[in-house]
Amino acid sequence: MKSRAEVVIIGGGVIGLSIAYHLGKLGVEDVVVLEKNYIGSGSTFRCASGIRAQFTDEANIKLQKYNIERWKRLSDELEHDINFKQSGYLFLATSEEEVEVFKKNIKLQNKFGVPTRLISMDEAKEIVPPLNTEPFLAGAWNPEDGKASPFHVVYGFAKKAKEFGVEIYEYTPAVDIIVENCEIKGVKTERGMIKTETVVNAANAWAPVVNEMAGLKRDFVPIKPYKHQLVKTEPIAEGQIEPLTCPPAWNDSYVIQDGEDGGVICGTGLEKLTHLDDVQPTYDFIREVLKWATKIIPALKYVHVVRQWAGFYAKTPDKNPAIGKINYIDGFYIAAGFSGHGFMMAPGVGEAIAELIVKGKSKVPLDWDWYDPHRFERGELRSAAFQIG
Amino acid sequence: MSEKNPKKNIIICRCNEVTQEEIEALIDQGVTDIEMIKRLLRIGMGPCQGRTCLPMVISILARKTGKKPDEIKLPATRIPVRPVPAGVLVGEMESDENEE
Repeated sequence: MKSRAEVVIIGGGVIGLSIAYHLGKLGVEDVVVLEKNYIGSGSTFRCASGIRAQFTDEANIKLQKYNIERWKRLSDELEHDINFKQSGYLFLATSEEEVEVFKKNIKLQNKFGVPTRLISMDEAKEIVPPLNTEPFLAGAWNPEDGKASPFHVVYGFAKKAKEFGVEIYEYTPAVDIIVENCEIKGVKTERGMIKTETVVNAANAWAPVVNEMAGLKRDFVPIKPYKHQLVKTEPIAEGQIEPLTCPPAWNDSYVIQDGEDGGVICGTGLEKLTHLDDVQPTYDFIREVLKWATKIIPALKYVHVVRQWAGFYAKTPDKNPAIGKINYIDGFYIAAGFSGHGFMMAPGVGEAIAELIVKGKSKVPLDWDWYDPHRFERGELRSAAFQIG
Repeated sequence: MSEKNPKKNIIICRCNEVTQEEIEALIDQGVTDIEMIKRLLRIGMGPCQGRTCLPMVISILARKTGKKPDEIKLPATRIPVRPVPAGVLVGEMESDENEE
């Protein structure tokens, strides 16, 4: 293991690995990623794989518009097929009031170049053939949204980062961050000490623990782990439920076909504030999620469920992540608390943090003020980021 | 079975049709963590839940890395233990257990 590094990133999920890859690409030598378990194991490998620009505020729409451009090129960039598909997101309205809300959101998305449009249920049926159209009035459809394989994205970022000289230490938890006179001196791990002046907290649900290691209050960025679960069915024929299909009024329930094997991933808004060791799936969830999934797609009744698992939405009070510099300690950065959106935001956020570290600014259209990690202690919450599942 | 490359025709994961050759090629590329092998090749993620394939993957991995098989930790087993139609779980259908 290295005894000195330019930058130490704590957290080997998609965000930490994207930051590592972009630092490597900018020519930073001696970047180390510390992962307490195996890469992707915390939240990334447990996610539903969706990528969207259909948000309801300017900051998230702009960031995601940019991210989709990054996703389109990412397989080529990483020289590894990450299985990105622009299969769209289809939100379904159950009332006239909701149609009006959709129209307002669409207008805002269109203003920033996201081509969402209101579609009829006839058109929705063409996009998702087994859809039960009867309960719905209209859809909000963005064909540029999509999905990718979390497994191949993590592998691709890690592989390319290593080619740039990044060292990734798995099964190596950070245990302490040494800070003297508001400057970082190093990171203590279970396998020894790494001297460094720059640390990125990319630990998402575990980020409060990492902040505490640096001497900050645990709730400086108040991220809490909410258990979310998913079930997946056996594969069905391709092209049946390619877009993420979601009636938000039905407890944020959604269905989406896995881009690789064609199984149907089903989620719903049944969540539970829990502790960091609890990723136990529960029976109440499987009943609740399938109740909604079989209302959206009645034919799913005849399809076998093969897997159920759980992971965390690492939620902040306004469901927007904390991204940026922590002013109390020189050389300390954070990108955490993604509240269920870390996977879809990873390429642009990694690029932005890497540029911030190296150049002090970034060309990524990321609103640093919006995502400011200090906003919580100032009591300045943002409007809640639009969250599903 | 092809004479030249028999491993190409040996299916280890029957659910997702993964061959011995594919598994060995990935290990040769340096992917030696069973958690990553599982996810990149989708081994043990099909209806059999890894009952058929994972012990064989562990043998291959042990042989190629020089580890003892019992040093390799099995990935988590997901529920349900056996595939169940969604309609049964929402109480609208009878179980098809009898048909097997």
